Amino acid sequence: MALTSARAPELLKPASFGFILLTLAGALLLNLLPWQGLVLSFRPDFVALVLLFWAIHEPRKLGIGLPWLAGLLMDIGDGAILGQHAFAYILAVYAAIVLHRRIQTFGLWQQASHVLVLLLLAQAAMLLIRLFGGAAAPGLGYFLACLTGAALWPPLSLLLLLPQRGRPDPNTVYSAGHK
Amino acid sequence: MDHQPPPFFKLGPSPRTRFIFFAIISVVLMVLDARQNAMTGLRQVLAVTISPLQRLANSPAELLDQTGSFFVTQARMQGENAQLRQRQLLQAAQLQRMQAMQAENAYLRKMLDVQPPRRETVVAAEIIYAGRDPFSQKIIVDKGSIQNVKPGQPAIDDIGVIGQVTRVYPFSSEITLLTDKDQAIPIEIVRNGTRAIAFGHGQDGTLELPFMAANADVQNGDILVTSGIDGVYPAGLPVAAVSKIERNASFAKISCTPSAGVNRHKQLLILGGAGREIQALLPEPAVGADQAGVKPAGKRRRN
Repeated sequence: MALTSARAPELLKPASFGFILLTLAGALLLNLLPWQGLVLSFRPDFVALVLLFWAIHEPRKLGIGLPWLAGLLMDIGDGAILGQHAFAYILAVYAAIVLHRRIQTFGLWQQASHVLVLLLLAQAAMLLIRLFGGAAAPGLGYFLACLTGAALWPPLSLLLLLPQRGRPDPNTVYSAGHK
Repeated sequence: MDHQPPPFFKLGPSPRTRFIFFAIISVVLMVLDARQNAMTGLRQVLAVTISPLQRLANSPAELLDQTGSFFVTQARMQGENAQLRQRQLLQAAQLQRMQAMQAENAYLRKMLDVQPPRRETVVAAEIIYAGRDPFSQKIIVDKGSIQNVKPGQPAIDDIGVIGQVTRVYPFSSEITLLTDKDQAIPIEIVRNGTRAIAFGHGQDGTLELPFMAANADVQNGDILVTSGIDGVYPAGLPVAAVSKIERNASFAKISCTPSAGVNRHKQLLILGGAGREIQALLPEPAVGADQAGVKPAGKRRRN
């Protein structure tokens, strides 16, 4: 653990806004796949995960408006009250933006534990909204998806960070050797 | 490529201000949306935005379905074919009897001067996906207002009633299942004609009959069909079977298992039967229609 957290912070290329949009669209697509039954209760909320990732790595580019819009789209997709996912997402994203410097200093697995709390926060917000709407309380299984979501954090982070990592460019190696 | 200003430059509103701003909008949206139809316009726009993603997300499952059905063994196909042939024969006989009965019914209605039931239009729809939200029992189907689906129309499968169309978007619509907590359906017990209203029970996928006296004439296994008195569901469609009765309190606690289900097929039918009560309120042009040949044509176009 010490190894991962003490790792020297590597310099990353800034992510382009187009890439952020692309990953969000991909996450929406994953959420909209026809999941059913038991698998459905384990399905992580990919949109929330990707939003949290960008909130932690590119908080200024993500902002709050985009998460809000993604939440509205999820509301339509799920047939939920308009604003339910939107509110939950901006709550989690705001918390992630506030904490992003702190979270960035940790290794991936410790980051995952932070993400678990943020996902639980979003899920609890949605639960509260539904309870206000007069729905019956679902069991604790409702929060299972947060666990799988947090478990997905390290691989997802590695995947989404790939394009920002500098590729071993022969030119840079050459000029570095030249100095 | 990236021009991030130093922190002492103006960055626009702080995340906290933005969060509060959007949170307030969300709450307003939720309050407005809790009232039906308040946010229809925004919903339509968002639904059209997301519908390509929905189709795309559904395509792998569809492809799997298609390849699966391509590699069916011949024996199974033959068996199924024979079975279907047999069923078709049976249904053809029933159909012939029904045609005779329909003619007779029309004749009797005419004799008694009863208003004829409205002709029903049917839209065949396919389920895009089902049951993602643990709180509500809803399915999304691939037909929308373009195909003339309207909110309030009942949806059935080959066995009985599934639910009711609650929201309609241009290319898709949302059907609330009978088992949803907010869904009610007027029913009739086939055995003795007792009328009641069945309510969805939520997550366990059953219906219940509240407000029935403890000594009500209900038995285990009783078949419930739609009574048709609400003008939304046509009469006589199977709804559920009584599965459990508790007669401890002054009201009986009756649970029923729905006959139809969305877990068996992907296809369902949306009946164009809703809106009858609105039609009934309009001045009925039935008498004038016989004299002037223009009016029924106009009426047909409206349907």
